[in-house]
Amino acid sequence: MSDSPIALEHPTELQHHFADMEQQKDASTFGMWLFLGTEIMFFGGMFAAYLIYRRWYYNEFALGSRSIDIWLGTINTIVLICSSLTVALGVRAAQMGKRKLLVILLLITMAFGVAFLAIKGVEWYQKYEEHHVPGSSFNASDIVSVGQKYGIHIDQGHSQIYFSLYFALTGLHALHMLVGLGIFTVLTYLAWKGKYTPEYHTPIEIGGLYWHFVDIVWIYLFPLLYLIDRKPFH
Amino acid sequence: MAQHEHILSAKLYVIIWAALMCLTVITAGVAFIDLGPFNTVVALVIATFKALLVVLIFMHVKYSSERLTKTVVLAALFWLMLLLGLSLMDYGTRHFT
Repeated sequence: MSDSPIALEHPTELQHHFADMEQQKDASTFGMWLFLGTEIMFFGGMFAAYLIYRRWYYNEFALGSRSIDIWLGTINTIVLICSSLTVALGVRAAQMGKRKLLVILLLITMAFGVAFLAIKGVEWYQKYEEHHVPGSSFNASDIVSVGQKYGIHIDQGHSQIYFSLYFALTGLHALHMLVGLGIFTVLTYLAWKGKYTPEYHTPIEIGGLYWHFVDIVWIYLFPLLYLIDRKPFH
Repeated sequence: MAQHEHILSAKLYVIIWAALMCLTVITAGVAFIDLGPFNTVVALVIATFKALLVVLIFMHVKYSSERLTKTVVLAALFWLMLLLGLSLMDYGTRHFT
């Protein structure tokens, strides 16, 4: 084996079934985008359910949306956008071979991720205390009375559908954040060990693609769940 | 295929980040102004613009030499539009009977 000049020359990261590093990287990136395509359909099914129920039960969706803390939602959007910036700068650091900077940026990204989940937890706990978690203890009488005040009829069953979608969508998104944190833990460790160089840092790029995707899902969840109807009553 | 990788400037990333932050504040603020049915339209247009910035710049789709990447992104969006669009064509027109 050692007498083959190719075996001697090629970088250790290059798998033998690829012609060169460029081709290997393109194949990995393509694979990740295909996976993200399936993720779009995964979330898409739930977005479709949301769209249909929102058309049917608009009043319940509008007043349900009002009951969620818009500040927590806005702050979480800002937290995720900041994390996307640190990921983008992290990929750049990897491209330039700046190991320490890469590790620091990955750690900051993870801190933003944890902050997002913590804020999400506070929000969910508010909903739990207000009995807005779908199930046997669900009680939206507070939303019904807001509706009565302004002449809007609210059906508690339909309210429960809004909150079911709220918890399903934010829950699925939070699960993706958890997976992202797991991936980034591994990436940070390997980056610390000096595995990534300007020639080979595809895992950082691809992990970054995943993180940005989760950010994009949130970019849509924020207006669809929190901003359905915030205009003043009249 | 380009041999050298395209490294974007840190300044560009920060500008995109600032734009995303501004759009977030704008979308939250506009929600409190009564625009009738256009509240939803404005919110979705802003969200789509934000998503585009992330996909094109942060995810490097604008700079990718690989056409396959762009094809996958467009195909995924087309498929999503089939799902949402055809569902709405059904549920959105049922009351016309």
